[in-house]
Amino acid sequence: MEMEEKLSALLEKAKIEVNEAQDLKEIEALRIKYLGKKGEVTNVLKGMKDVSPKERPIIGKKANEVRDAITVILADEKGKLEKEKLEQQLAEETIDVTLPGKAVTTGQTHVLTQIIEEIEDLFLGMGYQVIEGAEVETDYYNFERVNLPQNHPARDMQDTFYITSDILLRTHTSPVQARTLEQHDFDKGPLKMISPGKVYRRDTDDATHSHQFHQIEGLVIDENITMADLKGTLELLAQKMFGKEREIRLRPSYFPFTEPSVEVDVSCFKCGGKGCSVCKQTGWIEILGAGMTHPDVLEMSGIDSKKYGGFAFGMGPDRIAMLKYGVNDIRNFYLNDQRFLEQFKRKG
Amino acid sequence: MRVSVKWLSEYLDLSEIKPVDLADQITLTGIEVDDVTLPALTLENLVVGKVMAAEKIPDSDHLKKTVVNIGKDESVSIVCGAPNVKAGQKVIVALPGVKLPNGLKIKKSKLRGVESNGMICSLQELGFSDSVVPKKAKDGIYILPIDAKTGHKALPYIGLDDAYIELDITPNRADALSMRGVGHEVGAILNQKPVFPEIMVSDDRTENVDEYISVSVEDEQDTPVYKMRIIKDLQVVESPMWLQRKLMNVGIRPIDAVVDVTNYIMLEYGQPLHAFDYDALNDKEIKVRRARKDESLVTLDGLKRELNPDNLVITNDGEPVALAGVMGGLTTHVTEKTQTVALESALFESSVIRKTAQSLNLRSESSSRFEKGLNTAVIEQALDHAAQLIADLGSGQVVSGVAKVETIQPEDKKVTIALDTINHTLGTSLVMDEVVQLMERLGFDTETSARPLTVTIPPRRWDIEIEADIIEEVARLHGYSRIPATLPKNESIPGELTPKQQLVRETRRFMEGAGLSQAISYALTTNEKAKAFSKHDADPVKLDWPMSAEHQALRMSLLSGLLDNVQYNVARQNKRVAFYEIGRVFHAVSDNKLPNEITHLAGALTGPRIEANWQEDEQDFDFYAVKGILEEWFIMLGITDEISFVPTQTFEELHPGRTAEIRWQNKGVGVIGQLHPALAEDRDLKETYLFEIDMDILLDAEKDTLIHAPIQKYPGTKRDVAFVVDETVLHDDVLSVMKQNGGKWLKAVKLFDLYQGNTIEEGKKSMAYSLTYQNLEATLKEEEVTADFEKLKTALVENLHAEIR
Ligand SMILES: [Zn+2]
Repeated sequence: MEMEEKLSALLEKAKIEVNEAQDLKEIEALRIKYLGKKGEVTNVLKGMKDVSPKERPIIGKKANEVRDAITVILADEKGKLEKEKLEQQLAEETIDVTLPGKAVTTGQTHVLTQIIEEIEDLFLGMGYQVIEGAEVETDYYNFERVNLPQNHPARDMQDTFYITSDILLRTHTSPVQARTLEQHDFDKGPLKMISPGKVYRRDTDDATHSHQFHQIEGLVIDENITMADLKGTLELLAQKMFGKEREIRLRPSYFPFTEPSVEVDVSCFKCGGKGCSVCKQTGWIEILGAGMTHPDVLEMSGIDSKKYGGFAFGMGPDRIAMLKYGVNDIRNFYLNDQRFLEQFKRKG
Repeated sequence: MRVSVKWLSEYLDLSEIKPVDLADQITLTGIEVDDVTLPALTLENLVVGKVMAAEKIPDSDHLKKTVVNIGKDESVSIVCGAPNVKAGQKVIVALPGVKLPNGLKIKKSKLRGVESNGMICSLQELGFSDSVVPKKAKDGIYILPIDAKTGHKALPYIGLDDAYIELDITPNRADALSMRGVGHEVGAILNQKPVFPEIMVSDDRTENVDEYISVSVEDEQDTPVYKMRIIKDLQVVESPMWLQRKLMNVGIRPIDAVVDVTNYIMLEYGQPLHAFDYDALNDKEIKVRRARKDESLVTLDGLKRELNPDNLVITNDGEPVALAGVMGGLTTHVTEKTQTVALESALFESSVIRKTAQSLNLRSESSSRFEKGLNTAVIEQALDHAAQLIADLGSGQVVSGVAKVETIQPEDKKVTIALDTINHTLGTSLVMDEVVQLMERLGFDTETSARPLTVTIPPRRWDIEIEADIIEEVARLHGYSRIPATLPKNESIPGELTPKQQLVRETRRFMEGAGLSQAISYALTTNEKAKAFSKHDADPVKLDWPMSAEHQALRMSLLSGLLDNVQYNVARQNKRVAFYEIGRVFHAVSDNKLPNEITHLAGALTGPRIEANWQEDEQDFDFYAVKGILEEWFIMLGITDEISFVPTQTFEELHPGRTAEIRWQNKGVGVIGQLHPALAEDRDLKETYLFEIDMDILLDAEKDTLIHAPIQKYPGTKRDVAFVVDETVLHDDVLSVMKQNGGKWLKAVKLFDLYQGNTIEEGKKSMAYSLTYQNLEATLKEEEVTADFEKLKTALVENLHAEIR
């Protein structure tokens, strides 16, 4: 029985010592001290040779119980100490979460590009292609092919920067349409395109005029295209750009490359049509020009105007941006003042 | 075209419609209205006054004390500064409370101790511009006819009780550049038939025009119609009030009864007329011909005009006496002594008139009408009306007969169109009766018995020629608001950006993510800026006739524009500036060819990349910060392996020691570098870094298809090597030695330390690289790596004289 008592005493001693352990290192030392190959439990068991064979199983069982108990005590204490250590570490790591974050500096898209991409996306969704053309063009493609021959009185409507008598800075993106029309294979389907880009006019720069600005023109040519289709398309555009509630109205106008030609007004997004300073008390704002493609324009591109027809429209992203954001000087778009451009960072 | 509603009421019943509503209807169905003015709204209380007395105020050099009767027995004292005020005159009086168009509010006051209870008005004070006021009324008050009724409202006398509608007439609607044309248009809009007074000429049959003049034309193409009438025994007088009033209010200055009538008739019919002083002609023949080289003419305005065969002239006795359709000559113009007038009404070829008016910079109401076309049906009617009116006003007589050349006759046009075509184009479902009614409103006859519909167009609507023109008339009169809104019903093909357009967008998002904002600059710039930063050794494309030196040449590089933007921002306390721009540059090819347009990507960065904050010190942009952005972009494009940066000193605008040419497949495609410090100083800039790349070439480049590579399962082995070399040895030199001698397992090389200073011999630098060896198929053995690593070190020593540490 001597050994049994020794084992019990060993367990009691271990309990006290483990309880007094201060850190994980001491726990490990105690584990080696009691449970190691040369530890105290093993030590006690060395006396087994003096125990009677009958008692051996009893002692053996007791020894295992003590070993298990010490293991549990050690594990519990270790867990407790680990938890304390972690808590201490977390306490030490606490920071002032109200300090400012590290700045992430991103740039922003120019407001005109934002408008252009928005319009591109709308028309891409309706199956249009985006086609960009050259900014320097021939007189032939810029004027004659859009039904403005030499000496046509309407040429005065567009003052032009000439490079030579035949070469000029395009005054509208219409030459892109003329060039696309003559290449399009109608066996492969209708032509639906928009052409965004820079255009140039011989104007003195002031708050409302710029010698360089942007234009987006659209063109749809197929069999069975109607003016009603034009109206529906432009209604969608107006609602996308200026809000779901918008209505449009068409007024007679004149463009040499369309007939009938219309000017398109959108109901004022500021006052909703009651009249305000944005719409000059009319309730309507002029946003684009449009019409049914003139048969001569199609014939000049070798397209049978009896079979095919369609519509064209054109608008100015500069003007749209001015209206939409209340910008009152067009020169702001080309001055690239960061304080101006950064205002359009907000998308929501 | 400024339209008087009262004048228009002579042809149409407008009593039921307010001018603003009329203007709205005109805008929505016909012609855009720019403005409606109703002067009476603010000027209601102007009265006709009779000046009873006008005396100088003793201690003033120009002021007069007047007593003005303003009706019945009421008289007021008014101080007036006009030099022409005299007792007995009928004048326009503004009484206290009236607000004049210039903002002046009339109040009771005292001037030089004299009471002033109102103001005697000049026309300018009532809103007329200097250019329309009769010359003699220019420098003083306006004097009403002596029979004006004292105490009555003054506005009707000067036409300010009327409403004026300003029409913005597009080139296709020149038919509305006349009151009669507007009458037809408004008639169609209101569904009324306009009524025009009949004109009868009571001519003197005892003489015939042949005894006075004969006319001929050199070229019937230039002058298809030329007609002349003679009015004799005239006195050239001032026009009556009604005529002056009509002219002034639509923007024409009254001169004398003859000139005023020609202008008045032009406004009514759209037909320009010209009156010659018959007595100033040398012989009895008028010939219209092209001017000869070296001919000249002194025009009405006193200027001597050098002529050439592009100009059409009216000649007499072999000499030009007028520039056809543009301006009369000084020697033959009507004066107050004129007794006989030769009155011209003609049709000239529009392009000839246009050229002359343009080259001499002489645009007028008359030339612009010739340019845009005339109603050939009223050439003679306008002449008759004018001749009779001149005779009536000047107590003269019209000589019987018209001298004429008339090679064309006004003819109706016929356009046929199927109802289906109309409905197909408009998306409407109109029936034949509706279309016929719309045509009737326009005054167009129709024939419906035979299908398709045939519409007869009178000469007054010379703009209508083809089916589409008829469709437009139908659409606007039917009403655009009644056209439904649908979408094209054609087969739907998905729309998508081209891969290149997509990459441009990705590039924008990338640059913005890297902290650069998009700029859009002017493509037209100065000659110097257009050339700067460009290695293209041709002159820039230049405008033929620039408006200013600032915008005369097309840029060959985006960097000058970006630098302007940087400078603008830095000057306004924006410390950090980081811009990119994607835009075209232009390379001249040859004189008569279109230039090459190349899309470039460029950037300009200056100031702090990271601003000082509670954790970090400020870090400015440097070469490597900018290079890192580009390197990441090349990864995005998938061309990193084909890109190299080669030191260059060929850009004089850039720092010679901090500039690299960017090469793709060994072709120069761009540049990155620091703005030359001397140039930076000129612009007051700190260190500024720039890059510019030919984006077309990179985006058009064929790329391997991206195929996912399996994640490596065998670990790589790392070795570090540090060595000292001459400071002139480039990182690129080290890389190429390592690449050539690194063995097949060397997969990555990374510079992790670069040092020059105290502990290193002068002229040398210490570099340290970390090398990664990897076998994709198996774990590498230590000995394999060691053998390769030793070989690489040897190569560094042999090739670069490196001293391994
Ligand atoms: Zn509004």
